[in-house]
Amino acid sequence: MSADVELDHVTVRFSQFVAVREATLRIAGGEFFSFLGPSGCGKTTILRTISGFLDPSAGAVRIAGQDMAGIGPNRRPTALIFQNLALFPLMTVADNIGYGLRVRNVTKAERRRKVDELLNLIALSGHGDKLVSALSGGQKQRVAIARALAVEPKVLLLDEPLSALDLKLRQHMRNELRAIQRRVGITFIYITHDQGEALTMSDRIAVMNGGVIEQIGDGKTVYDEPETAFVASFVGENNAFPGRVCAADSTGAVVETSFGRLRGRNPKGLKTGDAAILFVRPELLRFGKGGPEASIATTVLTVAFEGNASHVFLKGSGKDVTVTVGRHDRAVIPGQGAGVDISYDPASGLVLPEGRLARE
Amino acid sequence: MSRQFVFLLPVIVIAAYWGMARYDAWRGRDSASRSFVQRNGLVLSTFLVVAVGFWTLFMVALPYLYMMQESFHPSLWPKDRGGPLDVLTLEHYEFFVYGMQSDTQVTYNFTHGKAFVVTILISLAVTGINFALCYPIAFYLAQVATLQKVRLLMLALILPYWVNEILRAFALRILLASEGILNKVLQYSGLSDAPIDFLAANVGLYMGLSYAYLLIMVFPLYNGIESLDKNQIEAARDLGAPWWRIHKDVVIPFAKPGIASGCTMVFMLSAGSLAAPQFLGGPNTLWFTSIVYDFFFQSFNWARGSAYALILLLACIVFVMIVLRAFKVSLGEITR
Repeated sequence: MSADVELDHVTVRFSQFVAVREATLRIAGGEFFSFLGPSGCGKTTILRTISGFLDPSAGAVRIAGQDMAGIGPNRRPTALIFQNLALFPLMTVADNIGYGLRVRNVTKAERRRKVDELLNLIALSGHGDKLVSALSGGQKQRVAIARALAVEPKVLLLDEPLSALDLKLRQHMRNELRAIQRRVGITFIYITHDQGEALTMSDRIAVMNGGVIEQIGDGKTVYDEPETAFVASFVGENNAFPGRVCAADSTGAVVETSFGRLRGRNPKGLKTGDAAILFVRPELLRFGKGGPEASIATTVLTVAFEGNASHVFLKGSGKDVTVTVGRHDRAVIPGQGAGVDISYDPASGLVLPEGRLARE
Repeated sequence: MSRQFVFLLPVIVIAAYWGMARYDAWRGRDSASRSFVQRNGLVLSTFLVVAVGFWTLFMVALPYLYMMQESFHPSLWPKDRGGPLDVLTLEHYEFFVYGMQSDTQVTYNFTHGKAFVVTILISLAVTGINFALCYPIAFYLAQVATLQKVRLLMLALILPYWVNEILRAFALRILLASEGILNKVLQYSGLSDAPIDFLAANVGLYMGLSYAYLLIMVFPLYNGIESLDKNQIEAARDLGAPWWRIHKDVVIPFAKPGIASGCTMVFMLSAGSLAAPQFLGGPNTLWFTSIVYDFFFQSFNWARGSAYALILLLACIVFVMIVLRAFKVSLGEITR
């Protein structure tokens, strides 16, 4: 039913521009896999290469072990859900869903049965005779999914299909997509620039930047143990303190930053003198003085209240720092302009080699 | 009586426009929207009313109405017009059906009937050929080609139209004649041993008409296909559709208004064309417009010419309406 997808040193070049460089990874059958990255990072190019609309300039795409070179998109066991859905506006919902079956010359009765089954799956039974234009955004979304599932693909490719929906619907559709994926059990490859979508839905995530896959891992790993400065700054919010490593031992490293010496874990084994960035997540910072090499003196600039959390923007030593405070600690937020010390557990600081940060 | 009506018409039209302006002023009296005259000022309003009135009257309505009423009168010397001989009659329409009538037996006007049918059929064929030629071009222009290539190809399509129609028809004649270039090439290369009479076989007519209305077909098709989202094509392909099914199921239904627009125009124009059939038609192919032309300028029977022109016009309109109905395209859609 499902199939694994393998990218073997895939490079895609558009004349001089390299859109994807040496992408190598293996997506297991039945996995919900996301490519996460800013626009222009090459994630859509990867998707189009897997679906067959683009040919890799070098390397190979293998689906279920079979090399896909020379096999067109209409003959691959993949189905693509487009960013704008690309439903056929002149066809009814049922005709849209049944289109893939029609071109495969499936009999009318069989087609009907299958379409009814899918309409049931997406909870749109009885809407089959409507025109697509009569549906709401979320319903169109589900029709697009059903249309793709109708051809029983082994791999479903989704190109930011939720980006056009409003927030509430988007969150609802995340759950729905995940539930559909569990039910049909096929491989989902999801493209998004929204880390929330990637983190909530995926089994594993590949974070991409500038055509290169920077890290592959499950949501927790990518968030808690980023391997590069880009991943640390792109996935979730993060405070970056650049500087130079001035001490390194088995428990971690100390970075000489504009705020003074700050300590963090050192998974990359940086040595004294290396250019480094210390990352501390806003929700891991707290108000009040802490241990040595884990305290920062700042002044409160503004407070942004977001309901479930409050973001406190602080300034210190010429650099901005953000502290995120949950509901319970709302009372401890100092007034605007107040001088305040913030601190963190040195084990939650992370020292990574210097690298390009995600654009704010 | 009918002539008076035609000349009464301007009064009616002007009255209608005046009424519309009055209604507009009355409706805008107590609402926030301003009336036509208030919006445009007196000078511009007057100009607009006169210009539009002139256009509808003199360009659209009057000539045809005059022709129509003329077709119901006998062909008379100027001195007899309006006299006792000038009665309403159906004799020209009867002539189209029965031809010269003898007292002894009923005959039918087969010559003109055949010309009529041939004109319609060949125009249909030309429309079909043109569509087959232009659809790939339009699709390439609208969906495949880069902007630079679109410009180049458009230029290549448009430039030949700077040469006038008659010159083009003669050029084709020279190309296709028995002693023409094509026959010489065929004979020298040994592909044929005797000259082929392309013109008698109407090859020239088909070529000339198809080529003459190429752009008339390309542009509405291009217009229709251009707004199709590329993702629709890719979606169909991704779902497993072979290329011809993509065209049949996605592109053509979407471009249907453009196709209808292009086809109806090419059909109408080729059925009503004069130069290409006269210069390129085979000796056995009598084009209906040539008959109309001859009535007007050879036998000076304007009344009968008018009747024939109207028959062609009505036949074409009815035919186009039937086609539009059959393909479920509304008249409003083809103007998109």
